[in-house]
Amino acid sequence: MGDAVSMGLRRPAETRTPRWSRKAKSDNITGYLFLAPWVLGFLGFTVGPMLASGYLSLTKYSGFGSTKWIGFENYSKIFSDDLFYTALYNTIYYAFLGVPAQLLVALCLAVLLNMKVRYVNVFRTVYYIPTVTPAVANVFLWVWIFNLDFGLINSLLRLVGIAPVNWLWDPQIVKPALILMSLWSVGQQMVIFLAALQGVPEELLEAAAIDGANNFRRFLRITIPLISPVIFLNLIIGVINLFQTFTVAFIATKGGPINSSLFYVLYIYRKGFESFSMGYASGLAWILFMIILVITALQFYFSQRWVYYESGGAPTT
Amino acid sequence: MEREEKRIESISRQMGAYSLLFLGAVVSLMPLYWLVMTSLRPAGAEFTYPPEWIPSSFHPENYTVAWNRAPFWIFTFNSILVTFLATMGTIITASMAAYAFARIPFYGRNVWFALTLSTMMLPWAVTLIPRFLLFKYLSLLDSLWPLFLPFWFGGGAFYIFLIRQFIMTLPLEMEEAAVVDGASRLRIFLMITMPLTKPAVAAVGVFSFIHHWNDFMGPLIFTNQESTRTLALGLRYFGDEQFTEFRLVMAVATLMLVPVLVVFFAANKYFVSGVALTGLAGR
Repeated sequence: MGDAVSMGLRRPAETRTPRWSRKAKSDNITGYLFLAPWVLGFLGFTVGPMLASGYLSLTKYSGFGSTKWIGFENYSKIFSDDLFYTALYNTIYYAFLGVPAQLLVALCLAVLLNMKVRYVNVFRTVYYIPTVTPAVANVFLWVWIFNLDFGLINSLLRLVGIAPVNWLWDPQIVKPALILMSLWSVGQQMVIFLAALQGVPEELLEAAAIDGANNFRRFLRITIPLISPVIFLNLIIGVINLFQTFTVAFIATKGGPINSSLFYVLYIYRKGFESFSMGYASGLAWILFMIILVITALQFYFSQRWVYYESGGAPTT
Repeated sequence: MEREEKRIESISRQMGAYSLLFLGAVVSLMPLYWLVMTSLRPAGAEFTYPPEWIPSSFHPENYTVAWNRAPFWIFTFNSILVTFLATMGTIITASMAAYAFARIPFYGRNVWFALTLSTMMLPWAVTLIPRFLLFKYLSLLDSLWPLFLPFWFGGGAFYIFLIRQFIMTLPLEMEEAAVVDGASRLRIFLMITMPLTKPAVAAVGVFSFIHHWNDFMGPLIFTNQESTRTLALGLRYFGDEQFTEFRLVMAVATLMLVPVLVVFFAANKYFVSGVALTGLAGR
Protein backbone atom coordinates (compact mmCIF):
# COMPACT_ATOMS: atom_id res chain seq x y z
CA MET A 1 0.00 0.00 0.00
CA GLY A 2 2.97 2.30 0.60
CA ASP A 3 3.43 2.12 -3.12
CA ALA A 4 -0.15 3.16 -3.70
CA VAL A 5 0.02 6.11 -1.38
CA SER A 6 3.15 7.50 -2.96
CA MET A 7 1.61 6.99 -6.38
CA GLY A 8 -1.60 8.65 -5.40
CA LEU A 9 -0.11 11.63 -3.72
CA ARG A 10 2.79 12.55 -5.92
CA ARG A 11 1.70 15.41 -8.07
CA PRO A 12 2.47 15.12 -11.76
CA ALA A 13 5.60 17.02 -12.72
CA GLU A 14 4.98 20.25 -14.59
CA THR A 15 4.97 19.74 -18.32
CA ARG A 16 8.38 20.85 -19.32
CA THR A 17 9.04 21.67 -22.91
CA PRO A 18 11.50 18.94 -23.79
CA ARG A 19 14.84 19.93 -25.25
CA TRP A 20 13.97 18.51 -28.64
CA SER A 21 11.12 20.98 -29.18
CA ARG A 22 12.96 22.33 -32.22
CA LYS A 23 11.74 19.31 -34.08
CA ALA A 24 8.24 20.75 -33.94
CA LYS A 25 7.17 19.33 -37.26
CA SER A 26 8.20 15.78 -36.58
CA ASP A 27 6.57 16.09 -33.14
CA ASN A 28 3.29 16.96 -34.80
CA ILE A 29 3.52 13.91 -37.02
CA THR A 30 4.57 11.43 -34.34
CA GLY A 31 2.14 12.98 -31.84
CA TYR A 32 -0.83 12.38 -34.08
CA LEU A 33 0.44 8.93 -35.06
CA PHE A 34 0.48 7.91 -31.39
CA LEU A 35 -2.91 9.49 -30.91
CA ALA A 36 -4.37 8.09 -34.15
CA PRO A 37 -6.29 5.12 -32.69
CA TRP A 38 -7.92 7.30 -30.07
CA VAL A 39 -8.77 10.09 -32.52
CA LEU A 40 -10.32 7.56 -34.93
CA GLY A 41 -12.25 5.96 -32.08
CA PHE A 42 -13.37 9.34 -30.79
CA LEU A 43 -14.73 10.25 -34.21
CA GLY A 44 -16.11 6.81 -35.10
CA PHE A 45 -17.51 5.65 -31.78
CA THR A 46 -18.37 8.92 -30.02
CA VAL A 47 -18.78 11.99 -32.25
CA GLY A 48 -20.25 10.07 -35.20
CA PRO A 49 -22.79 8.14 -33.13
CA MET A 50 -23.76 11.30 -31.25
CA LEU A 51 -24.52 13.13 -34.48
CA ALA A 52 -26.26 10.06 -35.86
CA SER A 53 -28.35 9.86 -32.72
CA GLY A 54 -29.34 13.52 -33.13
CA TYR A 55 -30.35 12.86 -36.74
CA LEU A 56 -32.26 9.68 -35.87
CA SER A 57 -34.22 11.55 -33.22
CA LEU A 58 -35.75 13.60 -36.03
CA THR A 59 -36.86 10.54 -37.96
CA LYS A 60 -39.10 7.54 -37.70
CA TYR A 61 -36.91 4.45 -37.86
CA SER A 62 -37.51 0.86 -36.85
CA GLY A 63 -33.94 -0.34 -37.30
CA PHE A 64 -34.89 -1.94 -40.61
CA GLY A 65 -35.61 -0.34 -43.97
CA SER A 66 -35.15 3.38 -44.32
CA THR A 67 -35.48 6.41 -42.09
CA LYS A 68 -38.41 8.80 -42.51
CA TRP A 69 -37.87 12.48 -41.67
CA ILE A 70 -40.53 13.72 -39.27
CA GLY A 71 -38.91 16.82 -37.76
CA PHE A 72 -39.59 17.36 -34.07
CA GLU A 73 -42.53 14.97 -33.90
CA ASN A 74 -40.67 12.52 -31.64
CA TYR A 75 -39.94 15.28 -29.16
CA SER A 76 -43.51 16.53 -29.04
CA LYS A 77 -44.66 12.93 -28.53
CA ILE A 78 -42.11 12.43 -25.76
CA PHE A 79 -43.27 15.53 -23.92
CA SER A 80 -46.81 14.22 -23.82
CA ASP A 81 -45.75 10.67 -22.89
CA ASP A 82 -46.71 9.72 -19.34
CA LEU A 83 -44.09 6.99 -19.15
CA PHE A 84 -41.38 9.53 -20.02
CA TYR A 85 -42.31 11.55 -16.95
CA THR A 86 -42.54 8.40 -14.82
CA ALA A 87 -39.07 7.29 -15.95
CA LEU A 88 -37.65 10.77 -15.41
CA TYR A 89 -39.17 11.03 -11.93
CA ASN A 90 -37.88 7.58 -10.93
CA THR A 91 -34.40 8.37 -12.20
CA ILE A 92 -34.20 11.77 -10.50
CA TYR A 93 -35.51 10.25 -7.25
CA TYR A 94 -32.95 7.46 -7.47
CA ALA A 95 -30.03 9.76 -8.32
CA PHE A 96 -30.83 12.56 -5.88
CA LEU A 97 -31.26 10.19 -2.96
CA GLY A 98 -28.75 7.59 -4.08
CA VAL A 99 -25.72 9.77 -4.79
CA PRO A 100 -25.61 11.53 -1.38
CA ALA A 101 -26.23 8.22 0.37
CA GLN A 102 -23.44 6.54 -1.58
CA LEU A 103 -20.99 9.37 -0.95
CA LEU A 104 -21.80 9.40 2.76
CA VAL A 105 -21.25 5.65 3.12
CA ALA A 106 -18.10 5.76 0.98
CA LEU A 107 -16.70 8.63 3.06
CA CYS A 108 -17.47 6.89 6.36
CA LEU A 109 -15.77 3.70 5.14
CA ALA A 110 -12.78 5.72 3.95
CA VAL A 111 -12.50 7.39 7.37
CA LEU A 112 -12.58 3.95 9.00
CA LEU A 113 -9.87 2.70 6.66
CA ASN A 114 -7.77 5.78 7.31
CA MET A 115 -7.40 4.91 11.00
CA LYS A 116 -3.86 4.20 12.04
CA VAL A 117 -4.23 0.63 13.23
CA ARG A 118 -2.50 -2.58 12.19
CA TYR A 119 -3.94 -4.87 9.51
CA VAL A 120 -6.00 -2.03 8.10
CA ASN A 121 -4.84 -3.19 4.64
CA VAL A 122 -6.74 -6.43 5.08
CA PHE A 123 -9.93 -4.52 5.75
CA ARG A 124 -9.28 -2.32 2.75
CA THR A 125 -9.25 -5.40 0.53
CA VAL A 126 -12.35 -6.87 2.16
CA TYR A 127 -14.32 -3.63 1.80
CA TYR A 128 -13.52 -3.52 -1.89
CA ILE A 129 -14.66 -7.07 -2.71
CA PRO A 130 -18.36 -6.20 -3.21
CA THR A 131 -17.35 -3.69 -5.87
CA VAL A 132 -15.68 -6.29 -8.09
CA THR A 133 -18.67 -8.65 -7.94
CA PRO A 134 -20.15 -8.94 -11.46
CA ALA A 135 -23.26 -6.76 -11.79
CA VAL A 136 -25.45 -9.65 -12.95
CA ALA A 137 -24.38 -11.92 -10.11
CA ASN A 138 -24.85 -8.97 -7.78
CA VAL A 139 -28.42 -8.40 -8.95
CA PHE A 140 -29.46 -12.05 -8.66
CA LEU A 141 -27.85 -12.22 -5.25
CA TRP A 142 -29.78 -9.19 -4.04
CA VAL A 143 -33.07 -10.38 -5.49
CA TRP A 144 -32.52 -13.37 -3.29
CA ILE A 145 -31.42 -11.32 -0.27
CA PHE A 146 -34.52 -9.12 -0.62
CA ASN A 147 -36.85 -12.14 -0.93
CA LEU A 148 -39.95 -11.62 1.20
CA ASP A 149 -40.06 -14.98 2.99
CA PHE A 150 -36.66 -16.55 2.51
CA GLY A 151 -34.31 -13.59 2.12
CA LEU A 152 -31.38 -12.61 4.30
CA ILE A 153 -32.59 -9.14 5.27
CA ASN A 154 -36.07 -10.17 6.35
CA SER A 155 -34.57 -13.05 8.34
CA LEU A 156 -32.39 -10.55 10.17
CA LEU A 157 -35.37 -8.25 10.73
CA ARG A 158 -37.37 -11.16 12.13
CA LEU A 159 -34.59 -11.88 14.61
CA VAL A 160 -35.06 -8.43 16.11
CA GLY A 161 -38.85 -8.65 15.89
CA ILE A 162 -39.52 -6.38 12.91
CA ALA A 163 -42.19 -7.44 10.41
CA PRO A 164 -40.80 -8.51 7.02
CA VAL A 165 -40.73 -5.90 4.26
CA ASN A 166 -41.70 -6.62 0.67
CA TRP A 167 -38.58 -4.89 -0.64
CA LEU A 168 -38.76 -5.28 -4.40
CA TRP A 169 -42.49 -5.67 -4.95
CA ASP A 170 -43.87 -2.66 -3.11
CA PRO A 171 -43.99 0.46 -5.32
CA GLN A 172 -43.26 2.65 -2.31
CA ILE A 173 -40.19 0.72 -1.23
CA VAL A 174 -38.56 -0.56 -4.40
CA LYS A 175 -36.47 2.56 -5.09
CA PRO A 176 -35.11 2.92 -1.54
CA ALA A 177 -34.41 -0.84 -1.64
CA LEU A 178 -32.38 -0.46 -4.84
CA ILE A 179 -30.48 2.43 -3.28
CA LEU A 180 -29.76 0.27 -0.23
CA MET A 181 -28.46 -2.40 -2.57
CA SER A 182 -26.20 0.07 -4.37
CA LEU A 183 -24.64 1.08 -1.05
CA TRP A 184 -23.08 -2.34 -0.86
CA SER A 185 -20.64 -1.63 -3.69
CA VAL A 186 -19.26 1.88 -3.24
CA GLY A 187 -15.63 0.73 -3.26
CA GLN A 188 -14.61 2.99 -6.11
CA GLN A 189 -15.69 6.19 -4.36
CA MET A 190 -14.33 4.84 -1.08
CA VAL A 191 -10.80 4.39 -2.43
CA ILE A 192 -10.82 7.83 -4.06
CA PHE A 193 -11.85 9.35 -0.71
CA LEU A 194 -9.20 7.32 1.07
CA ALA A 195 -6.45 8.66 -1.19
CA ALA A 196 -7.69 12.18 -0.51
CA LEU A 197 -7.81 11.63 3.26
CA GLN A 198 -4.24 10.42 3.19
CA GLY A 199 -3.27 13.68 1.52
CA VAL A 200 -4.56 15.81 4.39
CA PRO A 201 -1.44 17.17 6.12
CA GLU A 202 -1.01 15.78 9.65
CA GLU A 203 0.42 19.12 10.89
CA LEU A 204 -2.80 20.99 10.22
CA LEU A 205 -4.86 18.52 12.23
CA GLU A 206 -2.34 18.54 15.09
CA ALA A 207 -2.25 22.33 15.17
CA ALA A 208 -6.04 22.42 15.43
CA ALA A 209 -5.95 19.81 18.21
CA ILE A 210 -3.56 22.01 20.19
CA ASP A 211 -5.99 24.89 19.71
CA GLY A 212 -8.59 22.70 21.42
CA ALA A 213 -10.68 21.54 18.45
CA ASN A 214 -12.21 18.09 18.98
CA ASN A 215 -12.17 15.26 16.44
CA PHE A 216 -15.51 16.07 14.90
CA ARG A 217 -14.77 19.77 14.56
CA ARG A 218 -11.41 19.07 12.98
CA PHE A 219 -13.04 16.73 10.50
CA LEU A 220 -15.71 19.28 9.60
CA ARG A 221 -13.50 22.35 9.45
CA ILE A 222 -10.21 21.00 8.11
CA THR A 223 -10.61 17.60 6.51
CA ILE A 224 -13.83 18.27 4.61
CA PRO A 225 -12.66 21.52 2.96
CA LEU A 226 -9.33 19.93 2.05
CA ILE A 227 -10.94 16.93 0.37
CA SER A 228 -13.78 18.95 -1.16
CA PRO A 229 -12.33 18.71 -4.70
CA VAL A 230 -12.56 14.92 -4.43
CA ILE A 231 -16.09 15.08 -3.01
CA PHE A 232 -16.94 17.17 -6.06
CA LEU A 233 -15.32 14.63 -8.41
CA ASN A 234 -17.27 11.76 -6.82
CA LEU A 235 -20.46 13.79 -6.97
CA ILE A 236 -20.14 14.50 -10.69
CA ILE A 237 -19.28 10.88 -11.56
CA GLY A 238 -21.98 9.57 -9.22
CA VAL A 239 -24.76 11.62 -10.78
CA ILE A 240 -23.75 10.62 -14.31
CA ASN A 241 -23.62 6.94 -13.33
CA LEU A 242 -26.88 6.79 -11.41
CA PHE A 243 -28.73 8.64 -14.15
CA GLN A 244 -27.83 5.68 -16.36
CA THR A 245 -28.86 2.84 -14.05
CA PHE A 246 -29.99 -0.09 -16.13
CA THR A 247 -28.93 -3.62 -15.24
CA VAL A 248 -30.56 -3.82 -11.83
CA ALA A 249 -33.96 -2.65 -13.02
CA PHE A 250 -33.72 -4.71 -16.21
CA ILE A 251 -33.07 -8.00 -14.40
CA ALA A 252 -34.42 -7.69 -10.89
CA THR A 253 -37.62 -5.69 -11.10
CA LYS A 254 -38.19 -5.40 -14.87
CA GLY A 255 -39.20 -1.81 -14.18
CA GLY A 256 -41.96 -2.83 -11.83
CA PRO A 257 -43.99 -2.93 -9.74
CA ILE A 258 -46.34 -0.64 -11.70
CA ASN A 259 -43.39 1.11 -13.37
CA SER A 260 -42.04 2.34 -10.05
CA SER A 261 -38.51 1.24 -11.00
CA LEU A 262 -38.78 2.12 -14.68
CA PHE A 263 -35.52 4.06 -14.96
CA TYR A 264 -34.70 6.30 -17.87
CA VAL A 265 -32.18 4.09 -19.67
CA LEU A 266 -34.45 1.08 -19.25
CA TYR A 267 -37.15 3.09 -20.99
CA ILE A 268 -34.71 3.96 -23.80
CA TYR A 269 -33.86 0.27 -24.14
CA ARG A 270 -37.50 -0.75 -24.29
CA LYS A 271 -38.36 1.85 -26.90
CA GLY A 272 -35.27 1.18 -29.01
CA PHE A 273 -34.74 -2.56 -28.72
CA GLU A 274 -38.13 -3.93 -27.77
CA SER A 275 -40.61 -1.68 -29.64
CA PHE A 276 -38.01 -0.86 -32.34
CA SER A 277 -38.83 2.87 -32.23
CA MET A 278 -35.22 3.85 -32.68
CA GLY A 279 -35.99 7.44 -33.62
CA TYR A 280 -38.08 7.92 -30.50
CA ALA A 281 -35.45 6.23 -28.35
CA SER A 282 -32.76 8.50 -29.82
CA GLY A 283 -34.88 11.50 -28.86
CA LEU A 284 -35.11 10.15 -25.33
CA ALA A 285 -31.34 9.68 -25.28
CA TRP A 286 -30.70 13.26 -26.40
CA ILE A 287 -33.01 14.61 -23.72
CA LEU A 288 -31.07 12.58 -21.15
CA PHE A 289 -27.83 13.98 -22.52
CA MET A 290 -29.14 17.55 -22.16
CA ILE A 291 -30.38 16.90 -18.61
CA ILE A 292 -27.03 15.48 -17.54
CA LEU A 293 -25.23 18.37 -19.24
CA VAL A 294 -27.32 20.95 -17.38
CA ILE A 295 -26.96 19.20 -14.02
CA THR A 296 -23.20 18.88 -14.47
CA ALA A 297 -22.90 22.54 -15.49
CA LEU A 298 -24.95 23.59 -12.45
CA GLN A 299 -22.71 21.52 -10.21
CA PHE A 300 -19.62 23.19 -11.65
CA TYR A 301 -21.24 26.58 -11.15
CA PHE A 302 -22.18 25.95 -7.52
CA SER A 303 -18.87 24.23 -6.81
CA GLN A 304 -17.23 27.67 -6.61
CA ARG A 305 -19.09 28.16 -3.34
CA TRP A 306 -17.97 25.08 -1.54
CA VAL A 307 -15.05 23.43 -3.29
CA TYR A 308 -11.72 24.57 -1.94
CA TYR A 309 -8.63 24.50 -4.14
CA GLU A 310 -5.33 24.90 -2.37
CA SER A 311 -3.71 26.42 -5.42
CA GLY A 312 -6.73 28.61 -6.08
CA GLY A 313 -6.91 27.17 -9.60
CA ALA A 314 -9.91 25.92 -11.51
CA PRO A 315 -10.89 22.26 -11.36
CA THR A 316 -9.05 20.10 -13.86
CA THR A 317 -11.92 17.82 -14.68
CA MET B 1 0.49 6.77 36.44
CA GLU B 2 -0.35 9.14 33.64
CA ARG B 3 1.45 6.94 31.17
CA GLU B 4 -0.61 3.99 32.29
CA GLU B 5 -3.82 5.95 31.68
CA LYS B 6 -2.67 6.93 28.23
CA ARG B 7 -1.89 3.30 27.44
CA ILE B 8 -5.36 2.20 28.52
CA GLU B 9 -6.93 4.98 26.51
CA SER B 10 -4.99 3.95 23.42
CA ILE B 11 -6.00 0.32 23.89
CA SER B 12 -9.68 1.17 24.22
CA ARG B 13 -9.37 3.38 21.17
CA GLN B 14 -7.91 0.49 19.20
CA MET B 15 -10.65 -1.82 20.40
CA GLY B 16 -13.23 0.69 19.20
CA ALA B 17 -11.48 1.01 15.85
CA TYR B 18 -11.33 -2.74 15.34
CA SER B 19 -14.94 -3.32 16.29
CA LEU B 20 -16.05 -0.72 13.74
CA LEU B 21 -13.76 -2.23 11.11
CA PHE B 22 -15.09 -5.71 11.85
CA LEU B 23 -18.67 -4.52 11.60
CA GLY B 24 -17.95 -3.12 8.14
CA ALA B 25 -16.25 -6.35 7.12
CA VAL B 26 -19.24 -8.42 8.23
CA VAL B 27 -21.62 -6.24 6.22
CA SER B 28 -19.30 -6.47 3.20
CA LEU B 29 -19.01 -10.23 3.31
CA MET B 30 -22.44 -11.30 4.53
CA PRO B 31 -24.11 -11.20 1.09
CA LEU B 32 -21.27 -13.27 -0.34
CA TYR B 33 -21.65 -15.79 2.47
CA TRP B 34 -25.33 -15.98 1.56
CA LEU B 35 -24.36 -16.48 -2.09
CA VAL B 36 -22.08 -19.42 -1.43
CA MET B 37 -24.33 -21.01 1.19
CA THR B 38 -27.35 -20.83 -1.09
CA SER B 39 -25.38 -22.47 -3.90
CA LEU B 40 -24.67 -25.48 -1.66
CA ARG B 41 -28.19 -26.12 -0.40
CA PRO B 42 -30.17 -29.25 -1.25
CA ALA B 43 -32.72 -28.96 -4.06
CA GLY B 44 -35.80 -27.04 -2.99
CA ALA B 45 -34.21 -26.02 0.31
CA GLU B 46 -33.96 -22.41 -0.84
CA PHE B 47 -37.55 -22.26 0.25
CA THR B 48 -37.49 -23.63 3.74
CA TYR B 49 -38.84 -21.44 6.44
CA PRO B 50 -37.14 -20.00 8.41
CA PRO B 51 -34.03 -19.89 6.14
CA GLU B 52 -31.10 -21.91 7.39
CA TRP B 53 -27.90 -20.02 8.11
CA ILE B 54 -25.93 -23.18 7.56
CA PRO B 55 -27.35 -25.72 5.08
CA SER B 56 -28.49 -28.98 6.68
CA SER B 57 -26.40 -30.81 4.10
CA PHE B 58 -23.90 -29.60 1.50
CA HIS B 59 -24.52 -30.27 -2.17
CA PRO B 60 -21.56 -29.35 -4.36
CA GLU B 61 -23.23 -31.28 -7.19
CA ASN B 62 -25.43 -28.19 -7.65
CA TYR B 63 -22.46 -26.77 -9.52
CA THR B 64 -22.38 -29.53 -12.13
CA VAL B 65 -26.15 -29.50 -12.45
CA ALA B 66 -26.14 -25.74 -13.04
CA TRP B 67 -23.18 -25.95 -15.40
CA ASN B 68 -24.96 -28.51 -17.57
CA ARG B 69 -28.12 -26.46 -17.86
CA ALA B 70 -26.66 -24.35 -20.66
CA PRO B 71 -23.55 -24.35 -22.87
CA PHE B 72 -21.53 -22.63 -20.18
CA TRP B 73 -18.26 -23.81 -21.70
CA ILE B 74 -19.02 -21.73 -24.78
CA PHE B 75 -20.04 -18.75 -22.66
CA THR B 76 -16.84 -19.02 -20.64
CA PHE B 77 -14.71 -19.25 -23.77
CA ASN B 78 -16.46 -16.17 -25.21
CA SER B 79 -15.99 -14.24 -22.00
CA ILE B 80 -12.30 -15.08 -21.86
CA LEU B 81 -11.77 -14.19 -25.52
CA VAL B 82 -13.61 -10.87 -25.32
CA THR B 83 -11.96 -9.89 -22.04
CA PHE B 84 -8.50 -10.75 -23.35
CA LEU B 85 -8.85 -8.99 -26.70
CA ALA B 86 -10.51 -5.88 -25.26
CA THR B 87 -7.93 -5.58 -22.50
CA MET B 88 -5.02 -5.98 -24.95
CA GLY B 89 -6.49 -3.28 -27.17
CA THR B 90 -7.05 -0.96 -24.24
CA ILE B 91 -3.54 -1.38 -22.89
CA ILE B 92 -1.81 -0.86 -26.23
CA THR B 93 -3.81 2.04 -27.64
CA ALA B 94 -4.45 3.85 -24.33
CA SER B 95 -0.70 3.78 -23.60
CA MET B 96 0.03 5.27 -27.01
CA ALA B 97 -2.44 8.11 -26.51
CA ALA B 98 -1.26 8.65 -22.93
CA TYR B 99 2.36 8.86 -24.09
CA ALA B 100 1.45 11.44 -26.74
CA PHE B 101 -0.43 13.54 -24.18
CA ALA B 102 2.34 13.31 -21.60
CA ARG B 103 5.46 13.66 -23.70
CA ILE B 104 4.97 14.87 -27.27
CA PRO B 105 4.33 18.62 -27.65
CA PHE B 106 2.24 18.34 -30.81
CA TYR B 107 -0.06 21.05 -32.13
CA GLY B 108 -3.53 21.00 -30.52
CA ARG B 109 -2.52 18.74 -27.65
CA ASN B 110 -4.39 20.65 -24.95
CA VAL B 111 -7.57 20.79 -27.00
CA TRP B 112 -7.46 17.05 -27.62
CA PHE B 113 -6.77 16.39 -23.98
CA ALA B 114 -9.73 18.50 -22.88
CA LEU B 115 -11.93 16.70 -25.42
CA THR B 116 -10.69 13.37 -24.11
CA LEU B 117 -11.55 14.27 -20.51
CA SER B 118 -14.95 15.59 -21.52
CA THR B 119 -15.93 12.21 -22.98
CA MET B 120 -15.83 10.85 -19.42
CA MET B 121 -18.91 12.92 -18.69
CA LEU B 122 -20.76 11.77 -21.77
CA PRO B 123 -23.66 9.44 -21.07
CA TRP B 124 -23.01 6.23 -23.01
CA ALA B 125 -26.74 5.80 -23.46
CA VAL B 126 -26.66 8.51 -26.13
CA THR B 127 -24.37 6.55 -28.44
CA LEU B 128 -25.98 3.19 -27.78
CA ILE B 129 -28.44 3.03 -30.68
CA PRO B 130 -26.10 4.42 -33.38
CA ARG B 131 -23.39 1.98 -32.25
CA PHE B 132 -25.84 -0.84 -32.59
CA LEU B 133 -26.78 0.37 -36.07
CA LEU B 134 -23.11 0.81 -37.00
CA PHE B 135 -22.32 -2.80 -36.17
CA LYS B 136 -25.49 -3.92 -37.89
CA TYR B 137 -24.37 -2.02 -41.00
CA LEU B 138 -20.97 -3.71 -40.77
CA SER B 139 -22.76 -7.10 -40.42
CA LEU B 140 -20.95 -7.69 -37.15
CA LEU B 141 -23.99 -8.22 -34.93
CA ASP B 142 -24.15 -11.66 -33.34
CA SER B 143 -20.38 -11.85 -33.38
CA LEU B 144 -17.92 -10.99 -30.64
CA TRP B 145 -16.40 -8.11 -32.64
CA PRO B 146 -18.58 -5.30 -31.22
CA LEU B 147 -17.51 -6.32 -27.73
CA PHE B 148 -13.79 -5.77 -28.22
CA LEU B 149 -13.17 -3.83 -31.45
CA PRO B 150 -14.05 -0.37 -30.00
CA PHE B 151 -11.45 -0.88 -27.31
CA TRP B 152 -8.65 -1.01 -29.87
CA PHE B 153 -9.32 2.70 -30.40
CA GLY B 154 -7.88 4.24 -27.27
CA GLY B 155 -9.71 2.08 -24.76
CA GLY B 156 -11.48 4.99 -23.11
CA ALA B 157 -10.67 8.38 -21.63
CA PHE B 158 -10.42 7.09 -18.08
CA TYR B 159 -7.59 4.69 -18.94
CA ILE B 160 -5.73 7.24 -21.07
CA PHE B 161 -5.98 9.75 -18.25
CA LEU B 162 -4.75 7.26 -15.66
CA ILE B 163 -1.65 6.25 -17.67
CA ARG B 164 -0.94 9.83 -18.68
CA GLN B 165 -0.97 10.96 -15.04
CA PHE B 166 1.53 8.26 -14.24
CA ILE B 167 3.88 9.07 -17.13
CA MET B 168 3.85 12.72 -16.00
CA THR B 169 5.43 11.66 -12.71
CA LEU B 170 8.38 9.91 -14.43
CA PRO B 171 11.67 11.82 -14.71
CA LEU B 172 12.58 13.06 -18.19
CA GLU B 173 16.35 12.48 -17.96
CA MET B 174 16.48 8.95 -19.36
CA GLU B 175 14.36 9.85 -22.35
CA GLU B 176 16.48 12.92 -23.05
CA ALA B 177 19.63 10.82 -22.92
CA ALA B 178 18.07 8.40 -25.39
CA VAL B 179 17.28 11.27 -27.75
CA VAL B 180 20.90 12.38 -27.62
CA ASP B 181 21.82 8.82 -28.59
CA GLY B 182 19.54 9.20 -31.60
CA ALA B 183 16.69 6.90 -30.54
CA SER B 184 13.33 7.38 -32.22
CA ARG B 185 10.11 8.22 -30.37
CA LEU B 186 8.77 4.74 -30.92
CA ARG B 187 11.94 3.21 -29.50
CA ILE B 188 11.86 5.50 -26.47
CA PHE B 189 8.19 4.68 -25.93
CA LEU B 190 8.74 0.93 -26.16
CA MET B 191 12.12 0.58 -24.47
CA ILE B 192 12.08 3.28 -21.78
CA THR B 193 8.66 4.71 -21.01
CA MET B 194 6.55 1.56 -21.19
CA PRO B 195 8.72 -0.54 -18.84
CA LEU B 196 8.59 2.28 -16.27
CA THR B 197 4.82 2.62 -16.66
CA LYS B 198 4.12 -0.97 -15.62
CA PRO B 199 2.22 -0.14 -12.39
CA ALA B 200 -0.25 2.11 -14.22
CA VAL B 201 -0.61 -0.35 -17.10
CA ALA B 202 -1.24 -3.15 -14.60
CA ALA B 203 -3.95 -1.08 -12.93
CA VAL B 204 -5.57 -0.41 -16.31
CA GLY B 205 -5.31 -4.11 -17.16
CA VAL B 206 -7.09 -5.13 -13.98
CA PHE B 207 -9.81 -2.50 -14.38
CA SER B 208 -10.38 -3.51 -17.96
CA PHE B 209 -10.40 -7.23 -17.15
CA ILE B 210 -13.05 -6.79 -14.48
CA HIS B 211 -15.09 -4.40 -16.60
CA HIS B 212 -15.27 -6.73 -19.60
CA TRP B 213 -15.70 -9.90 -17.59
CA ASN B 214 -18.64 -8.31 -15.77
CA ASP B 215 -20.09 -6.36 -18.71
CA PHE B 216 -23.76 -7.05 -19.22
CA MET B 217 -25.13 -4.28 -21.43
CA GLY B 218 -22.68 -4.82 -24.31
CA PRO B 219 -23.44 -8.53 -24.83
CA LEU B 220 -27.15 -7.84 -24.29
CA ILE B 221 -27.28 -5.29 -27.10
CA PHE B 222 -24.88 -6.79 -29.61
CA THR B 223 -25.28 -10.55 -29.34
CA ASN B 224 -28.40 -12.55 -29.66
CA GLN B 225 -27.24 -16.08 -30.34
CA GLU B 226 -26.29 -18.82 -27.99
CA SER B 227 -22.89 -19.22 -29.65
CA THR B 228 -21.89 -15.62 -28.96
CA ARG B 229 -23.18 -15.23 -25.42
CA THR B 230 -20.82 -14.37 -22.61
CA LEU B 231 -21.08 -15.60 -19.04
CA ALA B 232 -22.69 -12.41 -17.78
CA LEU B 233 -25.50 -12.91 -20.27
CA GLY B 234 -25.54 -16.68 -19.86
CA LEU B 235 -26.47 -16.27 -16.23
CA ARG B 236 -29.88 -15.17 -17.42
CA TYR B 237 -30.18 -18.51 -19.15
CA PHE B 238 -32.14 -19.88 -16.26
CA GLY B 239 -35.06 -17.91 -17.66
CA ASP B 240 -38.00 -17.77 -15.33
CA GLU B 241 -36.47 -20.59 -13.34
CA GLN B 242 -33.91 -18.02 -12.19
CA PHE B 243 -36.37 -16.95 -9.54
CA THR B 244 -37.19 -20.48 -8.43
CA GLU B 245 -33.90 -22.33 -8.57
CA PHE B 246 -31.79 -19.86 -6.71
CA ARG B 247 -29.23 -22.45 -5.68
CA LEU B 248 -28.30 -23.06 -9.34
CA VAL B 249 -28.15 -19.38 -10.23
CA MET B 250 -26.01 -18.75 -7.15
CA ALA B 251 -23.70 -21.62 -8.15
CA VAL B 252 -22.99 -20.09 -11.57
CA ALA B 253 -22.70 -16.63 -10.02
CA THR B 254 -20.11 -18.01 -7.60
CA LEU B 255 -18.16 -19.57 -10.46
CA MET B 256 -18.27 -16.27 -12.34
CA LEU B 257 -16.97 -14.43 -9.30
CA VAL B 258 -13.93 -16.68 -8.81
CA PRO B 259 -11.72 -15.35 -11.66
CA VAL B 260 -12.51 -11.78 -10.67
CA LEU B 261 -11.47 -12.43 -7.09
CA VAL B 262 -8.28 -14.20 -8.19
CA VAL B 263 -7.28 -11.25 -10.38
CA PHE B 264 -8.32 -8.80 -7.68
CA PHE B 265 -6.23 -10.47 -4.98
CA ALA B 266 -3.25 -10.97 -7.27
CA ALA B 267 -3.23 -7.35 -8.39
CA ASN B 268 -4.76 -5.70 -5.34
CA LYS B 269 -1.83 -3.31 -4.99
CA TYR B 270 -2.20 -1.94 -8.52
CA PHE B 271 -5.94 -1.83 -8.26
CA VAL B 272 -6.17 0.43 -5.25
CA SER B 273 -3.30 2.61 -6.43
CA GLY B 274 -4.98 2.97 -9.81
CA VAL B 275 -8.14 4.36 -8.31
CA ALA B 276 -6.09 6.56 -6.03
CA LEU B 277 -4.28 7.95 -9.06
CA THR B 278 -7.53 9.05 -10.61
CA GLY B 279 -8.26 10.90 -7.39
CA LEU B 280 -5.59 13.29 -8.61
CA ALA B 281 -8.17 14.53 -11.05
CA GLY B 282 -9.81 16.53 -8.33
CA ARG B 283 -6.62 18.11 -7.08
